[in-house]
Amino acid sequence: MEKTINITLKIWRQKGPKAQGGFQTYKLDKVSTDCSFLEMLDILNEQLINKGEEPIAFDHDCREGICGMCSLYINGHPHGPDTQVTTCQLHMRKFKDGETITIEPWRSAGFPVIRDLMVDRGAYDKIIQAGGYVNVNTGGVPDANSTPISKIDADEAMDSASCIGCGACAAACKNGSAMLFVSAKVSQLALLPQGRVEAAARAKAMVAKMDEVGFGNCTNTRQCEAECPKGISISNIARLNREFLKATLKS
Amino acid sequence: MAELNAKIPAGPLAEKWTNYKAHQKLVNPSNKRRLDIIVVGTGLAGGSAAASLGELGFNVLNFCIQDSPRRAHSIAAQGGINAAKNYQNDGDSVYRLFYDTIKGGDYRAREANVHRLAEVSGSIIDQCVAQGVPFAREYGGLLDNRSFGGAQVSRTFYAKGQTGQQLLLGAYSALSRQVNKGNVKMFTRHEMLDVVIIDGRARGIIARNLITGKIERFSAHAVVIATGGYGNTFFLSTNAMASNGSAAIQCYHKGACFANPAFAQIHPTCVPQHGDFQSKLTLMSESLRNDGRIWVPKKKEDAEAIRAGKLKGADIKEEDRDYYLERRYPAFGNLVPRDVASRAAKERCDAGFGVNATGLAVFLDFSAAINRLGKDVVEARYGNLFQMYEKIVDENPYETPMMIYPAIHYTMGGLWVDYELMTNVQGLFAIGEANFSDHGANRLGASALMQGLADGYFILPYTIQNYLADQIQVPRFSTDLKEFNEAEKAVNDKITKLMNIKGKSSVDSLHKELGHIMWNYVGMGRTKEGLDIGLKKLAELKKKFWSDLFIPGDKNDFNTELDKALRLSDFIEIGELMALDSLSRNESCGGHFREEYQTPEGEALRDDEHYAYASCWKYAGADKTPEMIKEDLTYEFIHRQTRNYKS
Repeated sequence: MEKTINITLKIWRQKGPKAQGGFQTYKLDKVSTDCSFLEMLDILNEQLINKGEEPIAFDHDCREGICGMCSLYINGHPHGPDTQVTTCQLHMRKFKDGETITIEPWRSAGFPVIRDLMVDRGAYDKIIQAGGYVNVNTGGVPDANSTPISKIDADEAMDSASCIGCGACAAACKNGSAMLFVSAKVSQLALLPQGRVEAAARAKAMVAKMDEVGFGNCTNTRQCEAECPKGISISNIARLNREFLKATLKS
Repeated sequence: MAELNAKIPAGPLAEKWTNYKAHQKLVNPSNKRRLDIIVVGTGLAGGSAAASLGELGFNVLNFCIQDSPRRAHSIAAQGGINAAKNYQNDGDSVYRLFYDTIKGGDYRAREANVHRLAEVSGSIIDQCVAQGVPFAREYGGLLDNRSFGGAQVSRTFYAKGQTGQQLLLGAYSALSRQVNKGNVKMFTRHEMLDVVIIDGRARGIIARNLITGKIERFSAHAVVIATGGYGNTFFLSTNAMASNGSAAIQCYHKGACFANPAFAQIHPTCVPQHGDFQSKLTLMSESLRNDGRIWVPKKKEDAEAIRAGKLKGADIKEEDRDYYLERRYPAFGNLVPRDVASRAAKERCDAGFGVNATGLAVFLDFSAAINRLGKDVVEARYGNLFQMYEKIVDENPYETPMMIYPAIHYTMGGLWVDYELMTNVQGLFAIGEANFSDHGANRLGASALMQGLADGYFILPYTIQNYLADQIQVPRFSTDLKEFNEAEKAVNDKITKLMNIKGKSSVDSLHKELGHIMWNYVGMGRTKEGLDIGLKKLAELKKKFWSDLFIPGDKNDFNTELDKALRLSDFIEIGELMALDSLSRNESCGGHFREEYQTPEGEALRDDEHYAYASCWKYAGADKTPEMIKEDLTYEFIHRQTRNYKS
């Protein structure tokens, strides 16, 4: 049955990339616990608009946990206290009556704040552009069944490919490292014969771009894995390191 | 009256596409570099088109409203993609995929386009595998298939319950490669606000930078619209929050016809609505119907007890359950097409057998599948969907039957295009869900991904050259031309007008009102009386929108309320078009069900004698009733039949 809770929200507000930001406090009463976290923010924004104020800016789109657009740092955790969900899949039943909830944007050198809770994740696109693909043109490819792929490899590639590119890994990392994101793409393609050919060169190009766009290094604290909404394993990072080493030895 | 020429190539059905390609005009590589193409949208259609056109050597400008092209809503497609590979040796063929798609669309799609779609379907799978898309495989290492509604063969390829995600990431990787090579220039967080026409040809767009609020101009030799569907007209739908139909409406205002707006698909398996604060409806993949059985209680008192919370689904004895799809449609059972399954659910709920607190839900039950296959197998097939359901509803579907109800999902209607995917405005193309061409009055499951990628990878990159071959002498356009000035001024005037209303209603509150009107009067069961009321209410809402809207903030800055208001003004217009089109079509077919036109058993009653056409609406000016132009759908190669999923 539906329950309601009263909450206090401490939300980061920042007018623009260079503006000074700060926390503002809002009270919200009688929030249904069946509400999703973003629907709770919709309710707050509706109240702000009705008072003539500007709503809180936050990224969101599919609201079913797959587009990777939502990106809130809630009570010290990317995507909040629930496990293996994105912010949009988080529900208010995970919070207590009377609780104070702190909401911040991703905090990472690679993700500059645009406004309030929105950040610029263009750096992730740049890393993929540096080599996160198989060099193949449209058409002129062999029949899909011409190369059998073991189910084990295909399933493992699928697990790596589940990454939604939300940036929670870098936001969770004390070094601001994007290694989990990079390694998931490197692993997916290295596990499949179609991507195997360029695996080492790909790893090298993507890591170089990752360093260039401002992400830190990995020191195996595993915070990324713990916070990843899609359960991407850090065994991907081990595979990335192997491919990177191969590329370094070759050159 | 204006005429529309579909430009269908002559010759036997199976040879049309081959003949077209053999005789079309091409652009040589050195000329391709001098030609600019704008592609609006980065979903399966837009992303694959931008990548493929970039590979060919065209200079591509690609736009999306999200922060990255990887976030287009194609990413949320779950179930799979059809292809006539016949890897299962179960009798599939290009012809059968073509036939199932035409029949599934209730004979309201264009024969030649659909056959071409079936022809290229196999190449899509080859392409995706070559890109590293991790499709599901059998232990022998070959690709696995499953079956979907409306088909009697297993031709659906899938990647867990995330097929759309994997296909989109494949297209995104190909696109990223072209961005790296400099062939595609990417404009994220940019929203198209108008198409610019010069001497009758599409030559550019006006776009708003959603971060800075700045209005920007872009010119090109051709413009491709790949902005998806208009399901969010209903406010609550399975679409993403920012999905909108505005690009299509802008083209419509500039003379492009909007075809079959009434044909909207209501998906049978969505998580039911739970409250007024709800922002969207979540789809549960149709693939669940492979193993899940749909039922409601046979006895009304049981249904009432469940609604009151006194009984649970699992408490109802086997003999007291009504597996109504298996009962009504023995041949297809739970795998009837979406429109049939949705209407059957509504019929049971309207008759008082619905099973959640609102009475608007039916059960989707996996207990038989868990007994037959074991929990492990069910988890391997549907685990991520079950997890998603549990996170939303807080119930465990392994133990309690899921509850589902139909919701707006996909729109078959869209910009009218000819065989070359060009609208009736020269140089203006529309691909994917944004066009109307392939799904008729109802789309079969796993066919949207197929169409989006077919258009983007294998059809548009050919057909657009037939147009551009005549444009190689045309120099790049300056964005200082008067046509750009006028288009930008019109956009600015509209924005200023919206900001100056300074009323009391928020965008979302008005959008919710629109959604209620659409669902109640232009929804699953339509009547003449209801549509008349709907049109009246839409006119009132339009008045309220233009007199009572309130947008906070500044027009020359980041402003999400302004973004949404611009979209809502177009959704209201689309709502009117949908109602007008529904009113003009005195028959029931596919996703368009007029209650006056049904058989005694409650099945859709199509009228081929009078309505075997695509209704193409041509803009006549603000507050004027648009003109309807008919494109007759002649079936040269197959006979229309009443759809039968019973035997």
